[in-house]
Amino acid sequence: MDQIIEAMQYGFIQRAAIAGAFIGMSCAVLGLFLVLRRLSLIGEGLAHFSLAPIGLGLMLGIYPLYVALPMAVVASFWILHLAHRANMFGDAAIGLVSALGVAVGITMASLGPGFNVDLFSYLFGDILAVTKSETYAAVILSLVVMGMVLLNYQELFAITFDEEFARVLGLNTNRANQILVVLTSMTVILGIKVVGTMLVSAMIIFPAITALQICCGFKTVIAVAVLASFLSVIFGIILAFLFNLPAGAAIVLVNFTFFMVAYLVKLIRHS
Amino acid sequence: MSIIKVQDLSVHYRNSQVLDRISFTVDKGDYIGIVGPNGSGKTTLIKCLLGLIEPEQGTIEIVGQPLEDFVDWQAIGYLPQATTIANKAFPATVGEVVATGLLGGKVFPRRLSGLDRTLVSDVLELLDIKDLQKKQIGSLSGGQSQRVFLARALVAKPEILILDEPTAALDPVTRENFYETVSHLNKELQTTILLITHDSATIGKFAKKMLYVDGRIVFYGSFGDFCVSKDMSHYFGDFAQHVICHQH
Repeated sequence: MDQIIEAMQYGFIQRAAIAGAFIGMSCAVLGLFLVLRRLSLIGEGLAHFSLAPIGLGLMLGIYPLYVALPMAVVASFWILHLAHRANMFGDAAIGLVSALGVAVGITMASLGPGFNVDLFSYLFGDILAVTKSETYAAVILSLVVMGMVLLNYQELFAITFDEEFARVLGLNTNRANQILVVLTSMTVILGIKVVGTMLVSAMIIFPAITALQICCGFKTVIAVAVLASFLSVIFGIILAFLFNLPAGAAIVLVNFTFFMVAYLVKLIRHS
Repeated sequence: MSIIKVQDLSVHYRNSQVLDRISFTVDKGDYIGIVGPNGSGKTTLIKCLLGLIEPEQGTIEIVGQPLEDFVDWQAIGYLPQATTIANKAFPATVGEVVATGLLGGKVFPRRLSGLDRTLVSDVLELLDIKDLQKKQIGSLSGGQSQRVFLARALVAKPEILILDEPTAALDPVTRENFYETVSHLNKELQTTILLITHDSATIGKFAKKMLYVDGRIVFYGSFGDFCVSKDMSHYFGDFAQHVICHQH
């Protein structure tokens, strides 16, 4: 316990906890809509795609996530376009964009000597190295994501439950889908700093599927997902500090533990 | 007074003509049974009325307005086919699902008010499913689900109710009750009903008019006329027509 209290005195741990918690909560809120719409792998796809703009940023000497953010938004629209207009299955569209990003990212890493080490930190995240300005950016962008979901909650809920009926109601389902993918792009880019491109989809998927094991009403499920994600980030950072583990992997493993507990509770309840 | 007017409506899908120059009008308070074989264009027809499919040719007017200019979508209640709304794991309560039927009449950010919650309670009461309000949607039986989705279609008190094979997954008793409920809405609230079904005999017992579609309109008129229609006996054969009308 003393060690935990001591850990919390360090500025870098405080910054990691604040930035991680906000990013985790926005991942959880969006994650539920994405999981229920069977779009959860869009997070994985956009994360992998972002290796290309991250590589470009490193090559040009620009902060990589500033390059990755707008390009991930463009990629998300491209996925939507391929899936809806080009009659391509959604998973194939995600796979295409994702593979392209990885290929371009690796090519850039091989061309520019020296920065493939930096690229490595974006693959697996580096939350304990988050700076003060990155923490502010994470808090502000997370609040924007959660605020946008709150403002569009009724439409997103209706479309997630029954898109055709939502269209009959006169709701603009295309606009809502675009809002969802833009917010997902923002959240994925934020999540890369926490757990890296390899694991960011876990932050989107795990809290949602954990909450889905337990709950009933939609708002309650969102609240449980947010709580699970918040606790995963905090416990993950503490475990990483105490046992000298990579923070991103520790956060994902705590998330998985929460999922297993929820799953077992569900099994026991049903039996 | 005509509430729906369809003129020369044609729809193609992948080089085949699904609907060919369909024209008909629906009066306020009508109860129309839409029947026809599989793939005859029944669902395409109602999806055109709902603005979900854009026809290649023809015009549709709803309450005197061209469909392109129509914005009062809460005037139309829609109950889709049961198979399209079967996500059992979805974490929503019956109350949350029914409340989505009110979103069409709202402006951004479409918040639900206290009055909206009363409307949800009232419609659940009307359909005798008030006790399901807090239940998870995926935990309901087929008959209960259909009533919940009927409640969602009715909660905004629509003038027109469009139902696509609402009884396909129901047992005979639940089916009969469902038809009675829809009939009650038509008689008591003057709701105009368009109901797609394969059950020509049963719908004949409740509907005021029959619309037989098979790419084109084969028959449009009362069930009585349907039973003596030469077009229909030519289409079905005398025996099948007799069986349908005898069941009635």
